[in-house]
Amino acid sequence: MALITIENLKKHYRSGDDIVAALRGVSLTIEQGEFVTIMGQSGSGKSTLLSVLGGMNHPTEGEVEMAGVKLYRLPGERLADFRAEKLGFVFQSFHLIPYLTARENVMLPLAITKMKKAEKVKAADQALERVGLAGKAARLPNQLSGGEQERVAIARAIVNNPPILLADEPTGNLDSATSEEVMNLFRRLNEEGQTVVMVTHNPENCAYADRTISLRDGVIVEERRGATPARSAA
Amino acid sequence: MKLHNISINNLRRRKAKMAFLTIGLMVGIATIVTLVTITSSMSRDIGKKMDEFGANILIMPQSNDLSMSYGGISLGRVTFDQREIREEDLAKITTIRNHRNILAVSPKVLGGIRLGTRDALLVGVDFEKELKMKQWWSIFGEVPKKEDEILLGSAAADSVHLTPGDTVAVAGRTFTVSGVLAETGSQDDSLVFMPLRGAQRLLGKEGRITLVEVAALCSGCPIGDMVVQIAEKLPDARVTAIQQVVESRLKALDHFRRFAFAVAGVVVFIGSLIVFVTMMGSVNERTTEIGVFRAIGFRKSHIIRIILLEAALVSLLAGLLGYAAGMGGAGIALPFMAETKDAALVWDGTVMAGSILLSLVVGMLASLYPALHASRMDPTEALRAL
Repeated sequence: MALITIENLKKHYRSGDDIVAALRGVSLTIEQGEFVTIMGQSGSGKSTLLSVLGGMNHPTEGEVEMAGVKLYRLPGERLADFRAEKLGFVFQSFHLIPYLTARENVMLPLAITKMKKAEKVKAADQALERVGLAGKAARLPNQLSGGEQERVAIARAIVNNPPILLADEPTGNLDSATSEEVMNLFRRLNEEGQTVVMVTHNPENCAYADRTISLRDGVIVEERRGATPARSAA
Repeated sequence: MKLHNISINNLRRRKAKMAFLTIGLMVGIATIVTLVTITSSMSRDIGKKMDEFGANILIMPQSNDLSMSYGGISLGRVTFDQREIREEDLAKITTIRNHRNILAVSPKVLGGIRLGTRDALLVGVDFEKELKMKQWWSIFGEVPKKEDEILLGSAAADSVHLTPGDTVAVAGRTFTVSGVLAETGSQDDSLVFMPLRGAQRLLGKEGRITLVEVAALCSGCPIGDMVVQIAEKLPDARVTAIQQVVESRLKALDHFRRFAFAVAGVVVFIGSLIVFVTMMGSVNERTTEIGVFRAIGFRKSHIIRIILLEAALVSLLAGLLGYAAGMGGAGIALPFMAETKDAALVWDGTVMAGSILLSLVVGMLASLYPALHASRMDPTEALRAL
């Protein structure tokens, strides 16, 4: 069964007196355990698509169904709860909270849960271990390299075991060697069963995915499936 | 990891901003504390002075037949005194509702005597209580301790040429002048004082009292109410309040207090504006951060809680520091403003609690809109590339 179903998704923005169509009818299904990259130039609508998938941007038209829930029919703050329970986010510039340690950053999504403190610490340490940062839990973001910060951001996204992991240009601010490490990490998480949806404009990243969807001017122009995904080093 | 960890860690990181915020609010609180403390210290100072002025309530027998005067207030005719107050009635005075305000109750018995070759008014007093009330008395010699000792007012002593240690005959008995009062400029100068028991016996008024002076500890105490309360307990007596000059001082102080509160209100308003602007700036600076919180599933209410908790912590600190600074300011300013040199600072727990509470209320109110603004921020901010 499809984990994510998008039907005829449209999103219009008002820009002054003009109306800009960022998405002009996108339909898409993503299966449980899939690794999908969404490619496209700036302005192709890929970031808009990700924000709609992330439950942060009401579509003008169309329906988004994730994990059996019609996302934009959820009342008010239930949408925030959905994000907390079902989605993990990896942001382009890591967006770690500078005044929190790596462990605290990872624990952030758990701050609003009723878990006990020890359980939160345990979950955070496990997530840090999964991204290979077990020894750096007590460091502040500015004491970590770019690649390490990205991995903390990934640990934060997976700490509550969300069914869906969304990533926005995760390698945008990294050099190529570090990018490769990070992409291998995503691949490995995917092999462990994690569904990953990643927005990128870097074609190299698509090599790690099961499927690549190309967007241009708010519509899907190409869908490549079953390429030979590069295997993770681990 | 809880929401408060986020607030506390953020405050720790932004020390400069937090200090600015704290100072902004602190100055307002300190101003209020200083003004409140100075006014209450000054009114206590004035109150103390008022006590030194002596009695402020006078209790006399009900009588229409007047012939004598004491302190400008007429007294019942002492020679036909069927309506004098019974001594045992005195205890009732201390049972009134405002009995805590009573500093001293000084009963007196009055009567005319012949002192040597002159007529004089004899006043029998309980010297211990009388001295408590008349703190300005200075006595050459000793306070009478035995029933055959008397204290003379300065004019009375002059008129019969007596000095401490001399003896004098009164109603066939010999009395020793134990002391003479320094001139007071009041009716006391022409009086003859002796211990109450002795005077009662000499005048044949055992167990009876001619008048009672009551000193109430009064900085703003309800003299009027106390008069009514005493009158209820002693229906046969006439109870009068003595208007004191100091009351007009208290009134002036009350005007100053109002002015002080107006100034303090303005300062607190400015403080709240500082909090508002700083919090607003801080929230706008943290757009991305708040976007991240929202993106990972924090509810609007969670964001509001984080911001308001920060405001509460800063306000709490500002309240405490403001109280300390305000008391310091009052300590420095008081000697210049008070009337007496030994005016003491009033350390009041309610002022401390009040300043912290006020700081909290102002800080939280001023942060309410910034917090709401933060909660309405667009979570897609977190997705936007920098």
